[in-house]
Amino acid sequence: MQEAKSLKTYRKECQESLDNEYLRSALDKFAVAYRVGRDKAFSEIDVEELVSEVADMKDETLKSLDQYLEQFARKAEEAGVVVHYAKDAEEANRIINEIGTKAGCQKVVKTKSMTAEETHLSHSMIDEGFEVTETDLGEWIIQLRDEPPSHMVMPAIHLSRYHVRDLFSEVTGKQEDEEIEKLVKVARHQMRRKFVEGEMGITGANFGVAETGSIGIVTNEGNARLVTTLPKVHVALLGIDKLVPTIGDALSQVKVLTRNATAQPITSYVTWVTGANQCGASEGETKEVHYVLLDNGRREMVADPLFSQVFRCVRCGACANVCPVYRLVGGHKMGHVYIGAIGLILTYFFHGEENAKHLVQNCINCEACKDICAGGIDLPRLIKEIHARIQDKDGQPIPSLLLSKIMRNRKLFHTLLRTAKWAQKPVKGEDGFMRHLPMMFFKEHDFKALPAIAEKPFRDIWLEIKPRVEKPKYRVGLFSGCVQDFVYPEQMVAAVELFQDHDVAMVFPMEQSCCGLPVQMMGDKKVSREVALQNLKAFIGEEVDYIVTLCASCASHLKHTYPVLLENNSKLAGQLSDFCEKVIDLSSFVHDVLKVTPEDFDGDGKKVTFHSPCHLCRGLGVHDAPGNLMRTAGMEYTEAAESEVCCGFGGTYSAKFPELSAQLLNNKLDNVEDTGADLLLTDCPGCIMQLRGGLKKRDSAMEVKHTIEALAERRKQQKK
Amino acid sequence: MTDTKEQVATSKSDYEKFMERAEIAAAKVSTIQAFEEAVKYAIDLCLERPLNRYAISDEQVTTEGERKVIAAPALSPSEYELLKEESAAHSIDCLDSGMRNHLNGVDVGLSYGDLGLAETGTLVLNCPNEELRLATMVCEYHVCVLPKSKIYNDGYEAEEQLRKFMLDAPNYTAFITGPSRTADIERVLSIGVHGPLELHILILED
Repeated sequence: MQEAKSLKTYRKECQESLDNEYLRSALDKFAVAYRVGRDKAFSEIDVEELVSEVADMKDETLKSLDQYLEQFARKAEEAGVVVHYAKDAEEANRIINEIGTKAGCQKVVKTKSMTAEETHLSHSMIDEGFEVTETDLGEWIIQLRDEPPSHMVMPAIHLSRYHVRDLFSEVTGKQEDEEIEKLVKVARHQMRRKFVEGEMGITGANFGVAETGSIGIVTNEGNARLVTTLPKVHVALLGIDKLVPTIGDALSQVKVLTRNATAQPITSYVTWVTGANQCGASEGETKEVHYVLLDNGRREMVADPLFSQVFRCVRCGACANVCPVYRLVGGHKMGHVYIGAIGLILTYFFHGEENAKHLVQNCINCEACKDICAGGIDLPRLIKEIHARIQDKDGQPIPSLLLSKIMRNRKLFHTLLRTAKWAQKPVKGEDGFMRHLPMMFFKEHDFKALPAIAEKPFRDIWLEIKPRVEKPKYRVGLFSGCVQDFVYPEQMVAAVELFQDHDVAMVFPMEQSCCGLPVQMMGDKKVSREVALQNLKAFIGEEVDYIVTLCASCASHLKHTYPVLLENNSKLAGQLSDFCEKVIDLSSFVHDVLKVTPEDFDGDGKKVTFHSPCHLCRGLGVHDAPGNLMRTAGMEYTEAAESEVCCGFGGTYSAKFPELSAQLLNNKLDNVEDTGADLLLTDCPGCIMQLRGGLKKRDSAMEVKHTIEALAERRKQQKK
Repeated sequence: MTDTKEQVATSKSDYEKFMERAEIAAAKVSTIQAFEEAVKYAIDLCLERPLNRYAISDEQVTTEGERKVIAAPALSPSEYELLKEESAAHSIDCLDSGMRNHLNGVDVGLSYGDLGLAETGTLVLNCPNEELRLATMVCEYHVCVLPKSKIYNDGYEAEEQLRKFMLDAPNYTAFITGPSRTADIERVLSIGVHGPLELHILILED
């Protein structure tokens, strides 16, 4: 459970996870296997369609939530269930404790329930004198360790068979074997007596079906069946977000849930309980059944127009499965109770700002979670929004405040960059890397060599090289972003050269500045908005067909975040949508618009691989264009393993969490080096900075370039 | 996904698909022509498998002198009589009630499935009857007879049926796909945690 009091402590705790070799290798294996399994599980299904079907259904349910709650409660009561409403965790626990006491129960058997974890139900019941046994294997293991789960679906994923062997040996009083099959049988034997002796069964529910008053429980082990059958009392604790109108809706949810969670077409058991069933242990042979419907911040959350989409979460845990940061640090560092991207958000609403404020900063914004979410929730955006809200309340930390102050003033920002060029002189090496960094500035940043500021920014070069194109086929506005302008202007120059060959007329509006993503990442929405407006205004009046940027992050931010940032600016609404419409990334422009052919290039068969920037593959949905371009230009392209996993740059993330950034980079470099390529290409200057710096530190011979450089170098010079 | 693959998947009958998918989920599927075959199947399985019992009190668990048990609480009287007769010939006990006195384990649970869902190889058991529920939960090996005509393509196709079950409250409807399983230790798939170690589905031609 993450509850560090300061960012420094939090970083230290993350480092401990990085040093935990078992955890790291387990999560690495899982991350790779999950992708393969999930693809297989969805192979016959249109995932996007299913996800949007579930999202629409949940959105519609939310609109009439009270009506469905009323229907669900009425149906359940008609079938003999006692329905309770709990406004918060404390009330839910109190209700459940009272039910147990009143029914004279002492021994409680529980199934896995994140909602019960949320309210800390087991601890509360144990404090009241109940004997509570977690019957799910994973939950039992962590109960024996008195730990919270480290994954929503696989609570003990951080532990090895040896940990489990030692725990079980203590329970049975004899040395157990570490063979997993045998350990599972130990649980089978130990638990049978617990089921038989259990007087009160507690479960969660994956859904409450309004039309029948049924609850549905999705499990693999079969413990939920026993827990809902053997004891004389059954209590189901469920959040009000678990409501679905019909059985068909629940079936759709099962379909996406099990496939997204564990890559299973369905779990071994889906148990549908309606009303007070026959029970040999109860008086009158009818079970005493209670449903406790929990709010605990849910109503507040769904009343917020932006956060209402969280209602769609089916608790599959996939956002953790694909999160590159989760993969490094595990669930105990990536959530308070709820884990992964959704965990960062739910922590804020269910467990308060104090527990969320460091966690929300540990999102690298790679969008892998958004891409995999079973409910189509825009998780990264919500995480950034929470970060911004906390900062608006608590004030920004000094580095972030400084950045904001500088960024809102383009001239000041650019003057500083130009000045930095002189300031770096004593530490700049011949190769364009900083030799000895001023340590106070980059204390923990020596896992990669940092680039130096260029002699001349692109905006100065542009005035000298601006080509005249007689009969333009296309008119393009160039958006450089700050890194290509001031650090890698040669990439912009390469683009100008190639575009010129293809009769592209170009403009470079001088009033453009940083796209604003760095300040957005720091949680400053106000300045982010100001910068967006400035860039929009810079392009108003320029008659262009496309706005091309070589930076995938800029492209994605301009295209997808500007409409959100500037949505209240009705005066510029028309220009804004025109601007966003025209924004295109380099690879897509060259591939889809210019439609280059092998005849345009002199190929040399260079062995090349590609790192796909997060904001290219997920942000813009571009997957194949870069590889096709490399082949078209006569290079030998090999795809690297996990080519769409984040390189660890994440803009300001790498400065905030350098240890994690460094490890992500290492994983990435191992994968690209395994391809045997001599040249690594990518479409984002931030990634280039990260990758080049990392390879330099490794003394690797592999070169890193922007795709446009590799293309421009191979173009047929004498074409015209 | 390629078109051909999709065609293969959809051109299969629900019955074939059910067999295929149930087996992928680690169920053992066979076809029978009459209920008598199910009786023989259950008895053979019961004889082949080792006897196993669980400690449910401080008393030491012992299998010595224990007779094997087949629990079949929801058969018709004539079917149960047949089972009882055949079982007795092999020194196997049968029971159709009193499951709560056998929570230390029974060997085989014999039941009828109410529906089959081909897409996932899922058995649907409508089991508000507690004896039936317990028999399918605490048995070591679950043998389920599923009439072929009860196989639907998926849950949506069977939705009306499911709704009927659940509206007839109180109700307990179970979707069962393969044996009990877990991957909670090192994500290694292991069969048989709290529920049956094996699931045998006998599709009855009808």
